[in-house]
Amino acid sequence: MENENNHIIPYKTFLLILSGLIVLTLISVTLTQISLGALTVAIALLIAVIKSTYVLRYFMHLKFENRFFTFATVGVIILLAAVLIITLLDYLTR
Amino acid sequence: MSAIETHQDDLTSKFGMWLFLYTEMLLFGGLFIVYSVYRYRNAAAFHLASEELSVAVGTVNTIILLISSTTIAMSITAIRKHNKKLALILLCSTILLGLAFLVNKYFEWGEHLREHIYPGSNILALRGHGDVLFYGLYYFMTGLHALHIIVGLVFIVIVTVSVAKAKINADNFVLLENGGLYWHLVDLIWIFLFPLFYLIT
Repeated sequence: MENENNHIIPYKTFLLILSGLIVLTLISVTLTQISLGALTVAIALLIAVIKSTYVLRYFMHLKFENRFFTFATVGVIILLAAVLIITLLDYLTR
Repeated sequence: MSAIETHQDDLTSKFGMWLFLYTEMLLFGGLFIVYSVYRYRNAAAFHLASEELSVAVGTVNTIILLISSTTIAMSITAIRKHNKKLALILLCSTILLGLAFLVNKYFEWGEHLREHIYPGSNILALRGHGDVLFYGLYYFMTGLHALHIIVGLVFIVIVTVSVAKAKINADNFVLLENGGLYWHLVDLIWIFLFPLFYLIT
């Protein structure tokens, strides 16, 4: 049986990523509780993006999967970002 | 296992799952766009309304989902190392954590309902258009997410039974991988829902 994907992620890697994700969550909660104005939104979203990158790459195995999966996923994210930006450009410039 | 008796194509099977996940990403992505526009047009009301949500409950639920994603991801490692018992323990932990998330959600929504804050409520309507929009989106998006948690739990129960019956094993575990992918997507959506509704005030 042909199995291209022979990479087994060690338990330790998952536990390290989990601790990283929890720390990022707590940082995000702490930083948004102190009022930083417009920066708050940027910080909260930036941390969410960092967290989702780890979930996609390690938990969802994209780092070790056929490259095609990464391209397709990034494509969908770019599509969403484009629609969001075009919609907001419309509303912000009315 | 001979190639004649079973045909197994893990790559295609996983790509099918990913295609489905892409449609899910577009579904929630559309809702995030609606949220952004409404927030932009009703900034003050969204600011005040989101301060009413409990950051503590939201944080606990975020951590519960992160741990549950880790346990299901680790169960793949366990099954590939022929450790069926550990895989079953990890899968059962994932199910229990998912249920804990729903219990928290139940109490959270219960609190709002007691204060007569729900779509169509007269008390909510009196607070103005922005609050109606905020809570409408809050109930719809967290509700749709909770529905995904329920579907994910059913999926994981099926996977757990298959592991127990050894239908999922070290040579054939793509169903477990696909169940995990779905569960991680639900986690991924929550990673964005949490800051947008609870944190950004």
